[in-house]
Amino acid sequence: MSQFLSPRLNSFQGRLASLNWLLVALIVSISLIGVMMLYSVADGSFEPWSIRHLTRLIVGLAFMITVAIIDIKFWFRIAYFVYVIGLLALLSVEFFGDQMMGAKRWLDLGLVTIQPSEPMRIGLILALARYYHNLPVENISRPQWLVLPLLMIVVPAFLIFKQPDLGTSILFSLIGVSILFLAGLSWRYFFAGGLALIPAGWITWTMLLDYQKKRVFTFLDPDSDPLGSGYHILQSKIAIGSGGLTGKGFMQGTQSHLNFLPEKHTDFIFTMYAEEMGLYGALILLVMYLMILLMGYFIATQSRSAFARILAMSISVSFFIYLFVNIAMVVGLLPVVGVPLPLMSYGGTSMLTVMFGMGLLLNVQVNRYTELSTK
Amino acid sequence: MYSYETDTQTFSRRAVILGLGQLGLFGLLAARLQNLQITRGDQYGILAENNRVNIGLIAPLRGRILDRYGQEIATNRPNFQVIMIPEQTKDPIETLQVLEKLVPISPSRRRRLLRDIPRSRGFVPFTVAENLEWEQFAAINLNLPHLPGVEPQVGKLRYYPQDDIFSHMVGYVGRPDGRDLRRDDPLLKVPGFRIGKSGVEKQFDDTLRGSAGSRRVEVNNVGRVIRELARNPGAQGADLMMSMDSTLQNEAIRLLGEQSGSVVMMDVNSGEVLTIASAPTFNPNQFTVGLSQKEWDGLLDDQRKPLINKAIAGQYAPGSTVKMLIAIAGLEEKVITPKEKIVCEGLYELGGDTFHCWEHEGHGAMNMHDAITNSCDVYFYELARRLGIDPIEKVTKKFGLGSTSIPGAFGEKKGLIPGRDWKRANLDASWQTGETLIAGIGQGYMLVTPIQLAVMTARIANGGKEVVPKLLINPKDVQSDNRNISQASQGNLTMDDDGGEKTNSLVVDPEHIKLMHKAMTSVVNDPDGTAFGSRFNLRGVKSAGKTGTVQVRRISKDERESGIIPNEELDWHLRDHALFVGFAPVKNPKYAISVVVEHGGSGSKVAAPIAQKLLKMALERDRQPSKTKTARANAFNKTAKMKVDKA
Repeated sequence: MSQFLSPRLNSFQGRLASLNWLLVALIVSISLIGVMMLYSVADGSFEPWSIRHLTRLIVGLAFMITVAIIDIKFWFRIAYFVYVIGLLALLSVEFFGDQMMGAKRWLDLGLVTIQPSEPMRIGLILALARYYHNLPVENISRPQWLVLPLLMIVVPAFLIFKQPDLGTSILFSLIGVSILFLAGLSWRYFFAGGLALIPAGWITWTMLLDYQKKRVFTFLDPDSDPLGSGYHILQSKIAIGSGGLTGKGFMQGTQSHLNFLPEKHTDFIFTMYAEEMGLYGALILLVMYLMILLMGYFIATQSRSAFARILAMSISVSFFIYLFVNIAMVVGLLPVVGVPLPLMSYGGTSMLTVMFGMGLLLNVQVNRYTELSTK
Repeated sequence: MYSYETDTQTFSRRAVILGLGQLGLFGLLAARLQNLQITRGDQYGILAENNRVNIGLIAPLRGRILDRYGQEIATNRPNFQVIMIPEQTKDPIETLQVLEKLVPISPSRRRRLLRDIPRSRGFVPFTVAENLEWEQFAAINLNLPHLPGVEPQVGKLRYYPQDDIFSHMVGYVGRPDGRDLRRDDPLLKVPGFRIGKSGVEKQFDDTLRGSAGSRRVEVNNVGRVIRELARNPGAQGADLMMSMDSTLQNEAIRLLGEQSGSVVMMDVNSGEVLTIASAPTFNPNQFTVGLSQKEWDGLLDDQRKPLINKAIAGQYAPGSTVKMLIAIAGLEEKVITPKEKIVCEGLYELGGDTFHCWEHEGHGAMNMHDAITNSCDVYFYELARRLGIDPIEKVTKKFGLGSTSIPGAFGEKKGLIPGRDWKRANLDASWQTGETLIAGIGQGYMLVTPIQLAVMTARIANGGKEVVPKLLINPKDVQSDNRNISQASQGNLTMDDDGGEKTNSLVVDPEHIKLMHKAMTSVVNDPDGTAFGSRFNLRGVKSAGKTGTVQVRRISKDERESGIIPNEELDWHLRDHALFVGFAPVKNPKYAISVVVEHGGSGSKVAAPIAQKLLKMALERDRQPSKTKTARANAFNKTAKMKVDKA
């Protein structure tokens, strides 16, 4: 029966045809909205961001489809290898990385520069999915089997934290914890972890310097310091709020075009979108993102192998974490942490990482009936 | 070992938990967006608009001040400036060096520019030089192609074309200082804006100022102007037409010359002030461009006090000029008749005290007419004694002494009419008869201002009508459709709209006033009158008046016995004040005048000639009415036309 239902995976065309083209269409649509907004950011010019975002989209799509149609067994086999490569890249950032704005995040590969902390999360997802695929269920919650996964999370998280990039490091850890949760780690660990966070948080608070505390206060009440550190978030809220129901119109956003908004082409692109397209536009975009997540969920739950399931759901969750943290940040629900909005924000590494993840998600769907051995 | 089912179930359960969590957080985002964009959308809309739009003020053109014939007293002249916008220059410092060769840049401004330009945002314009000569300005314009980022600009600067002759009454403008800035008008913070600092410029500042225009501009986050959204040009200030006659004013200043003094001449019926001069004077144009410390100290240190408007702020004992009022009081109170003679032997004894007449020899028997003509002091000592202080206080106040003449005028003093109540309140002593006697010859505590003397004389001249000085001319009197001339002249400066026609009577017997006219006529025209030397006869038209010579020092008994030191031998500040009040023509009086020359010596020799020359000139000017009327009409038409052009 499974043979009957499964697509003809032995041919190239067969694999291509079995791709979830609706998911591809959503990815392309959101990216094109990104292209459009980057055109607006540059005051109606394809240079310098829009055209390059489009190029990256095309290259990214090719990469995604390639990742999607490769046999899942290949990805299963090289899962640890990808992780190790990522870890080495992070280490080399530590030693050879380019310093930009006080942080070592970039690795110059000659043709392109990348931020290894971004694709590293795919490495983590692949590695942990394979680890838990192999691990017998009864061993999952045994402490001795938890040591390695925790190290796999903590070591890169620490390297990212040292760059320093606190935001990405936290998101990375969060993705790791989500994978442990999906793998079936006992609730007790999560409760214990949650309880441990309370004193840890309190101790951290007492160790924070005044200016760091002030940042937290500013986040809690950005209006209290409208020209200081609360400036960006306040201007972002003004931009979004002034967009109203229908928005100010494409290229008409005053907050963005008169430069009251920072980082419009990267972290604050959603703000500009919401200002120009209004609540309607924002909700349409949110629904599109939600559909991607919904597909991720179904792809994951339909898959036979633990590797595929954990892989698909983790990619979906990490996609969600990025998009939620970004939007929550620009609407003032979370403090400002430099996190790009998947598919919309300008940035090659981010695009590459998202496309890699989406390629794997598509791959899992194509291979949903493929059985993987436990090895 | 490996249980596929358990594994799948756990995973599904946890995936559902995460999925629902995600859904919930999506709901949170949607709710937040709803809150920002709908619930608080309007509020943020306003904030965005406030971010985007800056309102800049456009300073209105200040209203002109004209004389009664439309000649400009205060106007606005172009101020040639050079502006530099650093970001548009190749190199701002280099450009500054080139500019220095073309226009003068003061060292302090140069220092400021060199300090501020590197720190500024490039688009903020800097004023490099201002108040340039036309030639310098033309040189800049000629070199513009080689000077990118340099802009010639024509601003407006207050200008007083008649320089110093109206300075005291009209005043001058200056930068708003700390006290002015505390007021709420944002216009005051506009760079280069000037407000009235004294005189009419200050008193009618609101009228002259006009209302600010505004321009709404779109700005970006650093304040650079992106584009202009709207412009409201505002309204230029209204012109004021003053009652003064530039020709007479100029002559008054010329006649006062280097002396310290003042002249006030007014129309006895309408109250229009034709001349109100104070000397020495200063040039208000220096105040608009900024006075050097040396010039300022020079004005402050001059013992003749050039900055004081002596016509309204100088307070002097009226001396003999008050004698008409004492005589009127005597007649009104019926303590004397015009014919009754009092013998003057040069001195008057009261109790143990001796009061001297200026004529040591004595005038002999004097009736009222002769006593005024000769200014006999003894006659008035006796008259004052009979009257007591109360009627003197009443009548002098009735004729305008002891209170301000022009309500609201900048810096006007009230003078002082002493009385029992005043002495009780201020000196805590009861009134003495001896004080009444010296009040009878206008000495002692009594203080008056030149404008009060002019008002007193006008009220005598017009037969006892309560005329009030008027500094502004009602435009309705000239041309009814001209609305650009301020309506202020209908209110603040006058008690009623129509000048003399409705003025109240002072309730004095006209016969008594007539007697004063006769006596004052004799003062000027009889050979034994004190002002006979400066009389004029303009085809039968003559003038009347009264001299006054006011002692500013006490003459001791010893000095009196050894011979009074003549004025010329005294220090300037100890010499007598010279006073004269008068009117002309004798029949149907039209103009009243008061002249005070501080420490000038004798009223008849110093003050009377000035007054007579000005009265004569005023009468002569009236004989060429066609010329003046045309001039005035032209001035108004010009203003009216300007108004139309603007609209």
